[in-house]
Amino acid sequence: MQSPQIFSFHGGIHPEENKAQSLQLPLGRPSLPSELVLPLGQHIGQASRPLVNVGDRVLKGQIIATNNGFLSSYLHAPTSGTIAGIEERAIAHPSGLSDLCMVLWPDGKEEWTELNPLDNWQAQDATHVLAHLAQMGIVGMGGAGFPTQVKLQGASKSPLTHFIINAAECEPYITADDMLIREKTAELIEGIEILQHLVKADNVVIGIEDNKPTAIAALNALLSERGSEIQVAVVPTKYPSGGEKQLIQLLTGKEVPSGQYPADIGVLCQNVGTCVAVHDAILAGKPLISRFTTLTGDALQAPQNVEVLLGTPITHLLDYADSDETKLHRLVMGGPMMGYTLDSAAVPIVKTSNCILAATKKELPTPNPEQACIRCGMCEQACPASLLPQQLLWFSKSQEHEKAEHYNLFDCIECGACSYVCPSSIPLVQYYRHTKSSIREAREANVKSDLAKQRFEARKARQDAEAAEKEAKRIARQQATAAKASTKATPAEQAEPAKAPAAAAPVSDEAKKLKIDIAIGKTKLKKRQKELLAAQEAEHLEEIQALQLQVTEQETQLAALEARLSKISATPVVPSSAPDASREKAPVNDELKKAKVDVALLGVKIKKLNKQLADTPDDQETKDKIAGFEKDLATVQAIVKKLGTATAPATKAAPENSTAKAPINGDLKKAKVDVALLGVKIKKLNKQLADTPDDQETKDKIAVFEADLATAKATVEKLSVAPAESSTAPSEKTSSNKATTASAPPIADDLKKLKIDTAIAKAAVKKVEKALKKAEEIQAPEADAIRQQLVEAQQRASDLDKALADAVNGTKTTDSTATEAKAEASVPESSAAEAKPSTPAAPANADAAKKRKIDLAIAKAGIKKAEKNIALLKEQGKDEAEITASEWPAKLLEAQTKLAELEAATDAQSQENN
Amino acid sequence: MALLRISSPHTQRAGHRTSWVMQMVILATVPGIAVQTWLFGWGNLINILIASIAALACEAAILSIRRRSVGFFLKDYSALLTAVLLGIALPPSVPWWVTVTAVSFAIIFAKQLYGGLGNNPFNPAMVGYAIVLVSFPVPMSQWVGVQSVVTSGDSLSFWQSLQAIFQTLPTIDGYTMATPLDGFKNKELVDSATAFNTIEALQTANLNAWLWVNIAYLLGGLALFWLRIITWHTPVALLGALLVMSGVFYLFDVSHAATPLFHITTGAAMFGAFFIATDPVSSCTSNRGKLIYGAGIGILIYIIRTWGGYPDGVAFAVLLMNFSAPLIDYYTQPRSYGHKKSKKGLKVGEEK
Repeated sequence: MQSPQIFSFHGGIHPEENKAQSLQLPLGRPSLPSELVLPLGQHIGQASRPLVNVGDRVLKGQIIATNNGFLSSYLHAPTSGTIAGIEERAIAHPSGLSDLCMVLWPDGKEEWTELNPLDNWQAQDATHVLAHLAQMGIVGMGGAGFPTQVKLQGASKSPLTHFIINAAECEPYITADDMLIREKTAELIEGIEILQHLVKADNVVIGIEDNKPTAIAALNALLSERGSEIQVAVVPTKYPSGGEKQLIQLLTGKEVPSGQYPADIGVLCQNVGTCVAVHDAILAGKPLISRFTTLTGDALQAPQNVEVLLGTPITHLLDYADSDETKLHRLVMGGPMMGYTLDSAAVPIVKTSNCILAATKKELPTPNPEQACIRCGMCEQACPASLLPQQLLWFSKSQEHEKAEHYNLFDCIECGACSYVCPSSIPLVQYYRHTKSSIREAREANVKSDLAKQRFEARKARQDAEAAEKEAKRIARQQATAAKASTKATPAEQAEPAKAPAAAAPVSDEAKKLKIDIAIGKTKLKKRQKELLAAQEAEHLEEIQALQLQVTEQETQLAALEARLSKISATPVVPSSAPDASREKAPVNDELKKAKVDVALLGVKIKKLNKQLADTPDDQETKDKIAGFEKDLATVQAIVKKLGTATAPATKAAPENSTAKAPINGDLKKAKVDVALLGVKIKKLNKQLADTPDDQETKDKIAVFEADLATAKATVEKLSVAPAESSTAPSEKTSSNKATTASAPPIADDLKKLKIDTAIAKAAVKKVEKALKKAEEIQAPEADAIRQQLVEAQQRASDLDKALADAVNGTKTTDSTATEAKAEASVPESSAAEAKPSTPAAPANADAAKKRKIDLAIAKAGIKKAEKNIALLKEQGKDEAEITASEWPAKLLEAQTKLAELEAATDAQSQENN
Repeated sequence: MALLRISSPHTQRAGHRTSWVMQMVILATVPGIAVQTWLFGWGNLINILIASIAALACEAAILSIRRRSVGFFLKDYSALLTAVLLGIALPPSVPWWVTVTAVSFAIIFAKQLYGGLGNNPFNPAMVGYAIVLVSFPVPMSQWVGVQSVVTSGDSLSFWQSLQAIFQTLPTIDGYTMATPLDGFKNKELVDSATAFNTIEALQTANLNAWLWVNIAYLLGGLALFWLRIITWHTPVALLGALLVMSGVFYLFDVSHAATPLFHITTGAAMFGAFFIATDPVSSCTSNRGKLIYGAGIGILIYIIRTWGGYPDGVAFAVLLMNFSAPLIDYYTQPRSYGHKKSKKGLKVGEEK
């Protein structure tokens, strides 16, 4: 077996090794402490989630906390006993803060839980083995505590040239890995073989410093005995050869590119402790509940290595190693180069604790006061990352962050070599840490301030819009009162009292409709604004922009509608003062024209959005927008139709009006145009459907349009019959004339509405079914709620179907219950208009209904958002448990219950109305 | 149990303090000072003493005005080092007030006004030297000759040296003469061979004296290198550039130019290369930067010696390169680990 080539790295230092002290005594096994403290965050990533409760009895090796996300780990009971608490305790952390810990009181029985070794690991799927490792709570034991399964997953994405086992242990004082290799040589090699089986690297190399001859001999002996392919690379003792990047450079001659991971150059590094833990997890089924730790320092009278249960308080270990408290000056977790000081010894051993250094004042003296940097360059010669520490210090001190970054501050591995050699005793690493964190903070602040700016601008726009709206309302009110005053003044002047109401009727009708439109528009605007706010809170930039666009659009629409309304409410004066019928007709015709323009505009908008949708077929946003516009379109079309019908009576109201045929013919034409338009739309949607056959949205739309088409056709038929009827009584009085002509369209309208409602209800049923399926797939707890909803929706659909049948059968009693029930998506002004007739309670009801509609819309938006987020979570590859753990299912459920409640309330309300 | 709470690393290389660095540099000048004293009398030692007292006094005064801890900063030995370097560089017979002027300029203006140790863009000793060289050219151009070549045929005794420095020795002219560099500079159009035969400053005994001085400083410099206080880059680049320049021009014009050996063994060649140019505060910081910086000084020394107005050009060459050190630093960053190539310049605001 040839020994692999050893390269070298820049810089490095040779501090006093101080490794002999802790190797005098054999491996120690301290007794059980009176309590074990297990921090929930012993690894990089989210803290684990407790699975047991206070007071529960747990067995040795039992899972007591589960992983809580992708980058998280399991936690196991190191011994059998009782959970005495889940509380904040001081932990070993540079910050010195406390964190949530599980406190276990051992019962001394050491009763093992059932062990599940993975016997035939060679035959197992890699993912299965990784999952097993994850469940055994294996994390990198070298220092960072990176969950091993995640690291292996990342490494398995690219072919590996080198699998490096880090046994360098370059920090002074620490001998835990050395002792581990000596004690568990066979386990280590088997662990390496398991990992190699998973990652299949070209070369497997154990990198070890030449100051561990016993361990090297043990490794070589066993490897040659087994005829293993694993190589042992003995590297010269130099700090920090055990740094991942430096060891990779030593063994492969390659550098990990800045900002990338070793896996990107085909290298995987694992600590020896991790390899042994992997062996235990796979072959013995034992989770990670203990580790080797060096107890050293001159304050200990019996420095040694111990195999210690996780959670053992350091006080217990100091007692075990006969610490002399009077001599203890500095307590360091880790080595003297990169370790951090502890405030108190009452903190527990965790998965990454490799050394406890109890130093005397003489051993680690108080640092000298910092002197000026004389740029001697000793740091530069020592830096293993080939940085210019003296320049970085200069930039750090002057807070020139950009320059510091330019000088590759973020490539600093904080090994401390520069501080070690600095003749001026400058705590360089501390300066770099501080600068790094301020740069990170500044970056975050930048992002935040950008968002705040956007939010501020959005808010300002909203406030401006609100002010404009208020102003418009005020003007409208003023004009209305002015109009009222003039109407009050005029009645006496009126020559034909009968004419006035007839002429005013269509106009007030128009105003009513417009008011409704405005109300709807406002609701929509409010909804969009609310969405916008939510998006801003969630800081979704794209969404914010899209929504902002929508809001402004909605606002302009609303403004236009309001302007029209103010105009109309001003018009009633005109007909009374001017008896000429042609004058009365004019405003209505104007309205018609405007409405038609609206239709055309909306059509264009929808077309545009459809095009967008074709580019990005999954964009829910665009789909929503299209739906919104289509609704608008339907509304405006209804207006057009109504205005068309309105022109008829208006024309007839004129005394000179000779034939009622003309308007009806006009209606007929319009209806025919509608039919043609709808046909085109359906064709278009069908085409779209062909592109995206699974798009439920499109299908629903087609259904709606088809219903519309049917209605329109029916209208055409009816109208083509009507001319005969109306022509029979050309000389009849205006009122009766109006009655006959007006009676036909309402029925057709109602019918149409019902059909649309039915189609929508059916679509809703389909949607709920889909949601249910999804919920069942993820076994979400809200499936029941959705099922409930489905039943409700189906009930509603069948109700509507029945109503439709009734209506078609000619019953004039339009089922307003059904119409109301479908409030949110139906043509809302119809229901509101129907609710109006003269009953004094009606306006209040309508208001309530409106409010409920808004609430419904909000609830629906909530559901959609929650669903979207759940889908997103799934996309991100989070498993069910995580999704369940996240807030979204709960939110979804909440929104759904609210929706159900609101719908029930709406039903009740509409029944009451009847 | 009050435990100390500080950030890593927790150990420091023992004993290697800034004051240690300064002390080592001072100690490394001892061989050179010894040879100078042996050859040129006590003048330099007395100058060093005067310079040291002046330097410490100036430093203490400014520190107390700046409300800094006087004791703490005086103990870093940096002022003392400046004084020693100036004392070595100034002619042995220079009047005391020249020394005091040079030292106070060096400490007050070149160092403390910029913020003290570590913040001075120019080498303080060379600033002080340049000031007096420009202001008082006559005493600055008088150097004591070795006893065999001066008219009095003797070297200055300690008492005579003191008298000379306090300007009470009328016979001082009998002991002083031009340095070899000065002599060579003023040889006018005489060719080299004749010059070395006729000009007294260029006699072998005088040349040998300067050879010994340079060898002594070379030894001191090597000691600094061995102690890893300086790296090889600056001295090697400086001497290399000086050799190449003088070599090239010697080959062009053998009859009038001096040999490369003459250039690196006379004047302040070695002293400048190992003790002046290596001042870390005002020089370049990266290894590549030091090479360019050193080479620049070497080239400038040759240019000033050959075509400039002064016989030796170390002080001006060093000061000129001090100007360009920050620029050189920007363009000579080392290639950091994990980067394909080193970064150049300072593209702040662009890709990082």
